[in-house]
Amino acid sequence: MKITIQRESLHSYEVDLADATLLEVLNEIKHTQDSSLVYASGCRSSICGSCSMRANGREVLACSYKVQDGDLIEPLKNVNVIRDLVVDMDKALSFNAKAKAWSLVSGEVSLVSQENEKINEVQSDCILCGSCYSACPVYAVNGEFLGPFSLTRVWRYVSDVREEDTKEKIDTIQTNGIWDCTLCNECTLVCPQDISSKADIEKLRARSAMDGHFDPSFSSGFSFDGSPSF
Amino acid sequence: MKSDVLIIGAGGAGLTAALHAKEKGVSVRVLTKEYPTRSQTCMAQGGINAALGNNGEDSVEAHIANTLKSAHGMANEDAVRHLCASAPEAVEWLDRLGVCFSRTKDAKIAQRSLGGASAPRACHAQDYTGLKILHSLYDKCLSEGIEILNEKFLLDVIVSEDKACGVSVLDIRSGEVEVYESKSVILATGGYSRVYDKHSTNSTASTGDGIVAAVRAGAKLKDMAFVQFHPTGLKNSSILISESARGAGGYLLNSKGERFVDELRPRDEVARAINEQILSGEEVFLDIRHLGEEFIDEELPQERKLAILYENIDPVTDLIPIKPVAHYTMGGIEVDKTSSTSLKGLYAAGECANHGVHGANRLGGNSLLELIVFGKQAGQNAAAYALLENSDVDIHPQVKYGSEIEDDNDIELDFYKIKEEIADLFYKNVGIIRCEKDLLSAEEKIQEIQSKLHLMGAEDRSKVYNTNRIEFLEFKNTLEVCAYVVREALDIKESCGAHYRID
Repeated sequence: MKITIQRESLHSYEVDLADATLLEVLNEIKHTQDSSLVYASGCRSSICGSCSMRANGREVLACSYKVQDGDLIEPLKNVNVIRDLVVDMDKALSFNAKAKAWSLVSGEVSLVSQENEKINEVQSDCILCGSCYSACPVYAVNGEFLGPFSLTRVWRYVSDVREEDTKEKIDTIQTNGIWDCTLCNECTLVCPQDISSKADIEKLRARSAMDGHFDPSFSSGFSFDGSPSF
Repeated sequence: MKSDVLIIGAGGAGLTAALHAKEKGVSVRVLTKEYPTRSQTCMAQGGINAALGNNGEDSVEAHIANTLKSAHGMANEDAVRHLCASAPEAVEWLDRLGVCFSRTKDAKIAQRSLGGASAPRACHAQDYTGLKILHSLYDKCLSEGIEILNEKFLLDVIVSEDKACGVSVLDIRSGEVEVYESKSVILATGGYSRVYDKHSTNSTASTGDGIVAAVRAGAKLKDMAFVQFHPTGLKNSSILISESARGAGGYLLNSKGERFVDELRPRDEVARAINEQILSGEEVFLDIRHLGEEFIDEELPQERKLAILYENIDPVTDLIPIKPVAHYTMGGIEVDKTSSTSLKGLYAAGECANHGVHGANRLGGNSLLELIVFGKQAGQNAAAYALLENSDVDIHPQVKYGSEIEDDNDIELDFYKIKEEIADLFYKNVGIIRCEKDLLSAEEKIQEIQSKLHLMGAEDRSKVYNTNRIEFLEFKNTLEVCAYVVREALDIKESCGAHYRID
């Protein structure tokens, strides 16, 4: 089986492994053919988010993608490549802090019902692998866009019944945030945890509207009585 | 810039320590060889123990009794009391941080049964408990503005005037050695299960780096021979199938379809029973088919996904082939009731530390708990120490740190191959059952390899993100750890918990 890896230039390797994950194949290459091949990995059970990369243009976790003959393996997009398949995640991760994606509970902690728990169960499965930033066409052109996983994380806290004050979070995501998303759904399609940042962004828009925010692209498009003026 | 408290490791223990140290008003810096959310903590599935009694009667006393029993008399009772008594408060703290625990019908935190427990005590978030705790801690650290520096590989704890006063690290991205000064240092670097390499559930990062650095700095170790083998790793990949699968009523079956052990006995006993079956030529399976698809998808979604991916079987309709694999290392850096090591200014918490709460066999659900309880203890005490420590220790800037990474060895031996050989040998000779003859031959092998280290090294000589070099440094650490483990295993002639002598 042949796979090609985008390093400084394209490198092809022959590997004799059947029904193997991409991570197993990369390990095999590094340990027996080319010790200079560089990639990140950790848990090999799809939970640490280290081994995200692209197979034939599609974001995958190397530990859960089964290699096919002829595959082209590349690093994530929209992010600085440090070496081979390893990228610098610091910038994408910095948006979590910028978006204030954290809990603020000072008094008594509210009870969470089974129904409440389901509201952000999936969102709290995020492993920060960065696949969604790689696939996001908005982030590709606007490096300040808060981006999919950080907005999902904002919704994860905003929707949490324990959260006391969500206004600051909602205020924070108005610029370079929810309104910049084109709802193209690419993030959803590549998420290994079945999270839809697109859907979370829509929910944040609805919540923002309730808080008196509105889509800035419409700001000059409405007359005083609320009817569109274009 | 010097920090008051410097924490090595950004898993559950490291981040908890950071939050509590920061609360004391000191400056805190965290270094990790990965990124925080990639730490081993994210792999914990089963739950975190606390005698809340949300799902049937329970008590702190029962939690203490179960922990002591599982430890086979080797635990420190005072430490166990502290761990179990602090558990309800620890879980309440996590609830406040926003951890998305599963819930009961009356809106309490859901609890389930794990092996060796007299009551359903493990608070969980489906089977993503560690992931959700780790990410919530990480988010909280961001809100507190705690400085976390990623991809720094620990080389040495720097000691001056008999005190820890910083560390040297290899910056993985630049390949440069860096020195970070501090008034106190907390090691939260994780365990050493990867000495068993592919026969371990752990992340490839669990290579005992902090433990080896601690020894070099003069700290003491304790109970290194005690390694917990989890009864149910997937047969081919060693990926963990959580104990909650048995807690919920899963069976263990041999090739004949017979049950051969009470599935809810402590882990060491169940692992030995499975091992015995395998040695007698049986295959062993976990059977959760009777629990039903709905239950499996609600409580064990990750397990189902992993079994399909790695073994090509669906637990809803098929038996899951399993074997016991190295999962948790009870041994570690000896600490006192303030989480201080024997070296002044050096603290330790989490799996790299030995607080004396697990003894010869850890109780399921107590590892996430120790991260929170002892992470707090270490953070608070390292901060208190830093506040009192006024002397400006000179860390000898003339010393060249990190000289060990400049290996210009002529490479004749492939360390990747040797790493595998050692793992196979350790799984067989220093694993679930042990005898003097096997242990001696393992020790001899380790000594032989140590004497040939100069013939091994990183072929890749480049600086930037050289994982070949990092893996060689990790390999050297695991080799050190192997020597400690096998030596102690030879010294302890009697069986006790996870250390089971057949001679």
